[in-house]
Amino acid sequence: MAKLLGIDVGSTTVKVCVIGEEGEVLSSSYVRHFSRVKECVLAELEKVRPFGARFRACITGSAGLGLAQRGKIEFVQEVQAAFTAIKKYYPDADAAVELGGEDAKIIFITGGTEQRMNGSCAGGTGAFIDQMATLLDLSVEEMDRLALKAERVYPIASRCGVFAKSDIQPLLNQGANKSDIAASIFQAVVDQTVSGLAQGRRIGGKVLFLGGPLYFLKGLRKAFCETLKLDEAHALFPENAPCFMSVGAALYAENAQEEDLDDLKKRLDAISDHMDVAIGEPLFASRQEYDAFIERHRRSDLQFEDVRKYRGDAYLGIDSGSTTTKLMLITPDCKILCSYYQSNNGQPLDIVTARLRDIYRLIEDRVVIRGACVTGYGEDMMKAALKIDFGVVETMAHFKAALYFNPEVDFIIDIGGQDIKCFKVKNRAIDSIMLNEACSSGCGSFIQTFAKAMGMEIEEFSRLGLFAKHPVELGSRCTVFMNSSVKQAQKEGASVEDISAGLSSSIVKNAIYKVIRARTPEELGEHIVVQGGTFLNDAVLRSFELETGKEVVRPAIAGLMGAFGAALYAKESTRKETLISSIATEKELERFSYASKSVTCKGCTSHCNVNVLTFSDGRRFISGNKCERGAGLQPPKNLPDLYAFKYEQLLALPNSAAKGKRGTVGLPLQLVMYEQLPLWTGFFETCGFRVVLSERSSRALYFRGQHTVASDTACYPAKLMHGHIESLLDQNVDFIFYPCESYNLDEHDSMNHYNCPVVAYYPELLRANNERLTAENFIAPYLDPNNEGHTVRTLRRALKKYRLSSSLIRRAYREGMRRMEVFHRRIVEKGQEILAEAERTDKQVIVLAGRPYHADPEINHGINKLLNSLGVAVVSEDAVFESANYVKVNVLNQWTYHARLYRAAEFVTRRKGVNLVQLVSFGCGIDAVTTDEVRSILEKKGKLYTQIKIDEINNLGVVKIRLRSMLAAIEEQIAKESAGETV
Amino acid sequence: MKKKEQPQIPTVDFSDPYPVFTEEMKKDYTILIPDMLPWHFELLIHVMRLEGYRVDILHNEGREVIDEGLKHVHNDACFPALCVIGQYINALKSGKYDVDHTAVMITQSGGGCRASNYVPLIRRALRAEFPQVPVLSLNFAGLEKGNGLQITLGFLLRLAYAIFYGDLIMSFYNQTKPYEKEEGECARVRERCLVWLKEGFSNGNYRKFRKNVRRLIDAFSAVPVERKEKVKVGIVGEIYVKYSPLGNSHLEDFLLTEGCEPVVPALMDFILYCIVNNLNDAKNYGIGKKTAPLFGLAYRWLYGKQKKIIRWTKKYSGYEPIHNFEHLRRCAEKVINQGVKMGEGWLIAAEMAALAETGTENIVCAQPFGCLPNHIAGKGAVRALKNLYEHENIVPVDYDPSATRVNQENRIKLMLATARENLRAEKRKKQSGSESPI
Repeated sequence: MAKLLGIDVGSTTVKVCVIGEEGEVLSSSYVRHFSRVKECVLAELEKVRPFGARFRACITGSAGLGLAQRGKIEFVQEVQAAFTAIKKYYPDADAAVELGGEDAKIIFITGGTEQRMNGSCAGGTGAFIDQMATLLDLSVEEMDRLALKAERVYPIASRCGVFAKSDIQPLLNQGANKSDIAASIFQAVVDQTVSGLAQGRRIGGKVLFLGGPLYFLKGLRKAFCETLKLDEAHALFPENAPCFMSVGAALYAENAQEEDLDDLKKRLDAISDHMDVAIGEPLFASRQEYDAFIERHRRSDLQFEDVRKYRGDAYLGIDSGSTTTKLMLITPDCKILCSYYQSNNGQPLDIVTARLRDIYRLIEDRVVIRGACVTGYGEDMMKAALKIDFGVVETMAHFKAALYFNPEVDFIIDIGGQDIKCFKVKNRAIDSIMLNEACSSGCGSFIQTFAKAMGMEIEEFSRLGLFAKHPVELGSRCTVFMNSSVKQAQKEGASVEDISAGLSSSIVKNAIYKVIRARTPEELGEHIVVQGGTFLNDAVLRSFELETGKEVVRPAIAGLMGAFGAALYAKESTRKETLISSIATEKELERFSYASKSVTCKGCTSHCNVNVLTFSDGRRFISGNKCERGAGLQPPKNLPDLYAFKYEQLLALPNSAAKGKRGTVGLPLQLVMYEQLPLWTGFFETCGFRVVLSERSSRALYFRGQHTVASDTACYPAKLMHGHIESLLDQNVDFIFYPCESYNLDEHDSMNHYNCPVVAYYPELLRANNERLTAENFIAPYLDPNNEGHTVRTLRRALKKYRLSSSLIRRAYREGMRRMEVFHRRIVEKGQEILAEAERTDKQVIVLAGRPYHADPEINHGINKLLNSLGVAVVSEDAVFESANYVKVNVLNQWTYHARLYRAAEFVTRRKGVNLVQLVSFGCGIDAVTTDEVRSILEKKGKLYTQIKIDEINNLGVVKIRLRSMLAAIEEQIAKESAGETV
Repeated sequence: MKKKEQPQIPTVDFSDPYPVFTEEMKKDYTILIPDMLPWHFELLIHVMRLEGYRVDILHNEGREVIDEGLKHVHNDACFPALCVIGQYINALKSGKYDVDHTAVMITQSGGGCRASNYVPLIRRALRAEFPQVPVLSLNFAGLEKGNGLQITLGFLLRLAYAIFYGDLIMSFYNQTKPYEKEEGECARVRERCLVWLKEGFSNGNYRKFRKNVRRLIDAFSAVPVERKEKVKVGIVGEIYVKYSPLGNSHLEDFLLTEGCEPVVPALMDFILYCIVNNLNDAKNYGIGKKTAPLFGLAYRWLYGKQKKIIRWTKKYSGYEPIHNFEHLRRCAEKVINQGVKMGEGWLIAAEMAALAETGTENIVCAQPFGCLPNHIAGKGAVRALKNLYEHENIVPVDYDPSATRVNQENRIKLMLATARENLRAEKRKKQSGSESPI
């Protein structure tokens, strides 16, 4: 009888195995296919010849589908294949976890068979690990070795590669230990699998671990075993784990026709490359077009001065970006003496000191550095470490540089490695700023990473794209989706040229349609300057010009604009030309060294992970902290912060001394409770219950409830709710009360007064997904708080066990409503106080406008504190909206919380010194509607609009840049106005 | 709660002007409608044409449509908005229409889901390049007064009949197509039915309900079939991606090529769901008490018709009848409260339960990436459903302009693999069961 042949074609690897009559595995192989799927399979098939000339064959795997269909070979879905193999070889296994290149799967065998795959985001897979390794500049094996030596684990967003990168980049820049980061990455993968895949089902008993990454990576195994609390007897790592699916496929081949290996190969070989992907237009129609394009852009160049001969003054600019470091030394008349552009490799400080030494060697004693300025993510650290004179926020640096190239510039777009920044300029001042959100970050460096993976330099790779015949469409949501599109295109036979051009166009589309959100080229302006390292790529530049239909200016130093702007800033800010920069001298540099250590700050309950750099002269620099306290400083006194005030007031609401003769009720302090806590504490305390609150939100609390999260694309506040429920259950309250409310309070300023679907119905989801919740301990009635009669009836029914009289319930409900009113008044009064105080002391105020639950420090990540540390007072939207007029807006104004946003915006338009920052939770679909509207209200009255998207990501670096940019732009506006007044 | 006193607060107008669809425009304006349910909509636009409107359904597809959508819609807005707006703009740019005499139309539910904001989203999208194009709203929530269609009782009646007939065509077609002996026969029958149904709307025969339903049953029953055991797969989810081929990458066709029988619940159920939500609001919260009797009347009339269809289907054919809406409501109660009324809300969970109870245990729950109501009633309810129906086999699939098709299809294939396994197990059980009764 013919032997069985199983072929597993995954997104990155090909696995082939042969099985004998008794089910014994005779051979198996595992090779990377580098997207050359067909060739790779054919080569592997040749190797099985020693086992016979005739086989029964079956294919499995995500990339095998096409082959199977076109080659007319039996196909089985890979999870099904694994399941078959498990049943045969490990009949006593209870569950199996399989991580592949782009997919993660879990199979529950006992207690109800269930097979699951990850959703559309590719978090927690092999591709994710590969990406992270590249980011750390390590091979996956090195990363694994390092992970075993880790001493601590940082929380890293695991849901998607882009988010994780946003968490890791600042850690790297702060100088955190690579082994700790490596271990944290593996932990993130585990968390993703446990929460995103298992979704509430506990992974226990005998667990089988399958797939390449789990077989090869010891660090990952360790993280899994520790998290799932599995000992050696219960964690099984089969010898053939990497090719387990192919074994399953081979078992499936029993149903297939027996045939000659040669026939099989012939059929596979005959499959023609058939493009099933969308295709765009070539970037250049002809060589002439290209030459004209190059000629035109050559005009935007700076002049150079020979650094080896020059005598005189100079100014230094440093741009310490997220992935690259740039330095530039210029003469007082803005000629370049020398410049550097270099990848950080995770050690930006080392790079800057090394280059600074180079500069000192070059300039000998002919040149005096009069001033130095640093910008970018690493600004604070560089400033502290090297005693640099000035720091300037990135956006201002870029703006200054662009202005130098074209004084009439009205639009600037900068695409760097990580971020995309765009400014509209009016009257030589920034009029509005658009920065990309977490989701669309990392586009620039994605090309670079990809080029590297193809074994090419970025220059070579991008040149290939210029003359591509059929650039492929690769989508634009984020780099994770792009990555998967690229792989699909490769499998369909797209060439490197086509992919290179496709990537360039994807990045440009991302910038134009996602960040700038321009609908027509006219919106961009007449004089466009493009900059940032990514624009040095001619294919990207060309795509931008094609997409917008405009000719733009790209300075030859596009990648160095931040450094150039910083140098210009240093020049402008150096008051006297006889001063000498305080920057570390050549001698000081020789002795310079530093050590880094990460610790947990115990300054407050946030418990930030802070990183302490100790320099050779004994000075210290602390980063990663959210507030001044972490940096070893006293918090500035009396800076008013309504967010902190509100949070503390809320926590103090329940009367902890209450006896609670009727029992204890648990209220989860999240989502709607942030608004209605006074109502329900008032209600239950009047009824004779003791009110117990869930613990304060924290990442740890989130992880406690993570296993009951059903949909990982829901917003972070909702996902945190699961932890709050666990917390209350653990506190053994008699029952948890959490009402469902389609309607919120009617504040008479909108067409309707809905809650959003998530706020309104989350109890339903909790009930369905948390096994510990029962009809007894979880009371979630449907209420309309506007309708007292109905609410009283409903509550009486819901609490019928306690036999409360209607009159008591009515009285208690009225007491609750009264307390809510009192609480709200207190917030409003405090808000007025802050506004008046700020006006008196001439301080800026920010209305931090979001939802009531954004007062939670775990959700806002201390943005209120950050604003305080920038010298700004903070009030919330619910403190000011009642002082505003009613508004008529374009959209259907039908949600209570959102109506407040519009009115808060209206309020801001009428107040000097008050601006608005909108907090948006990632995944909040409704804010896709509100953000545009709030922006349009503000911009119609000439106010700046700033939006901050928050999620579980704990990285305030980007937020800080955004807020500082906004404040800088506001200051500039004020300066312009007062200058205008005095004239 | 006491009503707060409303102080005299002025209203500031931040809205932008937009063109309104006036009565006169009816004569010479062409109204564009996005493609959602190909066969239903063919009847619906016929009804609209009889009312004197000039209507066109958009069938444009492909990358250009999605690209226009990406350009004109906020990237966090839902995928259906993107598809619909993409279709409009792509069509307006195609040169096929006189853009100064064209309007676009969309339905609006007025619920707490962001979908009720499609009209402003469309206006915003059109403002850049086609500011002269009016947006019409078809809704029953009193929104957009003076900018909707002139709705008469007769018109409503015809729309209702059109939806019933459309549902029947969809249901019978899906139950026949996978088994037809001669490729294409089923599609031909469908075309013929549409022709005589349209005639019926023109000459008034559409109201001969029993005769028409019977004729539909007979037409499809006459298609020569070869009955073999096939996996039945239900499609539920967000209303647009559930039905629209553009939204769900031709999911029905994909299932057919995989050798399955797609089971797509009726559109009328969604309408009944909307009506019931109004009734529930009146009952539970005292909201909309004035209009409630009207909704009650409409519900009883429509439900009466639905029951008749079910009775006739059982009597005259071997087809699985469409769902009974009261049964759907009882199914919902087992899983989720009927208070979950935003978006498709409890209907999603109800359909998943009802499908399981009527022999379709394999389900694709289609949703746009990040769909809010689906977090609760779709993905959120899966666990509760599995506890109720042991063999229920649900795969939630996210649809998004950037998600790759391979990724989606692979997940559906996993569901199908389990489905086939279950089918085999069922067969084995039946065989052994007949030998050894318990």
